[in-house]
Amino acid sequence: MRTSSEIETTSKRATKAAGFPWGIAEEVGKNIKNLELLSISGVENLSLYLELAKGIEIFGPKEISAENSIAPNSFCPFYTGSALLDSANKVEKIKSLTLHSINFPILLIPFINRLSDRIGKKIKLQIDEHTFLLNLNKFISTNSNLKGLIIDRAKIVKIEIQENEDSFQSKVWDQLYELSTETFVEETDRLKENAAGAGLADND
Amino acid sequence: MPNIKHRNPKEIMTLSRLGSFYQSKLSFLRSFIREFKDWEFNKDLFDLDENGYGTAVYSVKKDRRAYSLVCFANKLNSADRSDRVIATKWDAAFVLHDGVPTKDDIARLKENVPKQEVGRVSFKELTLSRANKSVRIFEHTVDALASGKQPDEKFIKDVGYLYRTTAVYGSGKFGLADRYRIKERSEICGPFRLEMMLVYLVRQFTFDQVNHIAKSRNPTKAVRLSDSIARNLGIGNSTGLGMAPFIVNHPTLLHNWIYSREDALKQIRSIEKVEIKDFNKFKECFKKSKLNINTWKTDSEYQINKINILVKDLEVFEKNYLSDFKFKADFLWNELYLWIEKELTEEGIEYIVSMLMEPYDSIVNPLIEKMSSEEDLYFDIPGERLVGDLKSIIKNNYSNILEIDFNSSKEITNFWFISKNKEEPRLANRYEEEGSELEQPLAIARDVSKLFQRLNDYQPSKTIAEFLMANNDLRHAVRRCFIIEKFPYSEIQDNTIGSELVPIDMLRLKLSFFGAQKFDPRSDKWLRINMYQGAPLINELKNTDDTWVYNRL
Repeated sequence: MRTSSEIETTSKRATKAAGFPWGIAEEVGKNIKNLELLSISGVENLSLYLELAKGIEIFGPKEISAENSIAPNSFCPFYTGSALLDSANKVEKIKSLTLHSINFPILLIPFINRLSDRIGKKIKLQIDEHTFLLNLNKFISTNSNLKGLIIDRAKIVKIEIQENEDSFQSKVWDQLYELSTETFVEETDRLKENAAGAGLADND
Repeated sequence: MPNIKHRNPKEIMTLSRLGSFYQSKLSFLRSFIREFKDWEFNKDLFDLDENGYGTAVYSVKKDRRAYSLVCFANKLNSADRSDRVIATKWDAAFVLHDGVPTKDDIARLKENVPKQEVGRVSFKELTLSRANKSVRIFEHTVDALASGKQPDEKFIKDVGYLYRTTAVYGSGKFGLADRYRIKERSEICGPFRLEMMLVYLVRQFTFDQVNHIAKSRNPTKAVRLSDSIARNLGIGNSTGLGMAPFIVNHPTLLHNWIYSREDALKQIRSIEKVEIKDFNKFKECFKKSKLNINTWKTDSEYQINKINILVKDLEVFEKNYLSDFKFKADFLWNELYLWIEKELTEEGIEYIVSMLMEPYDSIVNPLIEKMSSEEDLYFDIPGERLVGDLKSIIKNNYSNILEIDFNSSKEITNFWFISKNKEEPRLANRYEEEGSELEQPLAIARDVSKLFQRLNDYQPSKTIAEFLMANNDLRHAVRRCFIIEKFPYSEIQDNTIGSELVPIDMLRLKLSFFGAQKFDPRSDKWLRINMYQGAPLINELKNTDDTWVYNRL
């Protein structure tokens, strides 16, 4: 089994060798390591994308907006992911944005996962029919089987910032809270006076 | 009350200053001994033939934790013995296993560990190394012991070790456990602990091996190597350029090392009433350490010159400061420091700075726990910051670098690259050698200078995100600028590709934090050192004094 350190170093060097700048290669090295730690096929997607990248012109976004397209070309996942991560504040304000046509979008996932951590909110990521929920660069949940998943190009990638709100109704919370109060002790007058360590009045 | 601050990174982080650093109480060899002295050390297996070839296992245990050094000693023809990283065979190969190895583990390791880089170990292994005998000393020692005598102390003193390692690997190399698997362990209090453990156990193996061979040669007459001689033998190490990129590639770690040293100095200088016992301890260590300089042998003109400068500095310090010194407790250390800063060179200053830490466990020990770094936490670039912010950061932190003219060929003479055959860092002249298009991103000064010029084309109110969309070729330099803003000692404040670069200055910085001594440059690109010379033997660990580093033959 290859170690995380080997995966990071080799991915970084290979990305540089394919013509990307060192700063981008550093990002990719860390991302591929993270994908593989989550058992998502980072190495395979990377290897295929770098083969492609050596022979084509590479495009990243010129700016980040709600709708992003460079038709008839496709976005590079590295330049796009870096731009999204660098523009975290702007992405948070836009809340929902779409990228039209992106190569090897699995390679975008770790950038968006880091973006979730940066913003402090979960992000719903839609890559064509595959849906991912990215949670603060810690967990990824998805409706797809990610093991061995290779996607050479996505037509539509949607990024939606999820507001920090409860996943349950307040009525359910109230019930749970009520049950939790059964661990509390009813205070008598004597306990009110003595058990907190201070008196009943703070007029000193 | 004097206004004592941390020393200025622009003065401390120059290559000549960093190349004048010495071991100290912060060094990893010494902190390893302090932290593991109450662990149980055992020799669990010693299956060597009469020539000393075979397998041995040493363990280090405490509570439920165990680490085991597995040693494989092999016959090596003299023609194959080389300290260079291109070697493929060694006198002995070692691996530190996590726990107690099973027979299957040992069989697996026997297949792989002697092959080193072309073998494969597993996440159950933590560090990997190989070593060659110092043939002169090894044979002399075995011969002497086999004939019932101790080896000649003077002869031994000139070398100072029986074996020298040629690499010590860790952190995920060749299948070894990644750092994240072990970093939370309570006994791993700082960087390179397990590398230091491996080297310490290898040292013990070398003693056991010479004793075993001598006894096999002459069972009736042979004597064991005396403890006093063994104690003063360390493990040699040949170190090349591999270490230099490390300190550039780990900026927050570098900061934490240097900051610990600087903070220790600041705290010591800030002591208002110095106790006489602490002053006496400083003096005692200073005097003992000076004797060691006499046994520092090197053929390197560069190092001989540095040693001469050091000796002269220490004489000046002794004659002009210590000899008519009247003890006055008030801010004694600060006064002493201000004196050496004014009167001595970088060699003398840094030597005495190391020495000032000797009386102060209470200051040094808490700093040791802060010498590791979680580098990923500082990796992301704050794209919302402004071009104006970045320009200010560069002006404030890299002002010396901005004065270098990188249009001049002498300032960009060299380039760093990774060799294809050994995957190791190398340095070459870009005007004489092929390959500079594959240059590694280690010329930070040049790239920051380029970044500063490029920023001039942008409005200060533009965001870094906007700047990077058109300038990702300088992304690595932008990242470093935001790191140095938080970690002022994270960057070498010098040109790492100029014609006057002395790469061994970079090696010495790292090796001083390891605790290495007796730097012996063999060229401007590699050197030999000694580790654990004077260190307590395994049976002496529990009662050891932390100043063992100053004990000598």
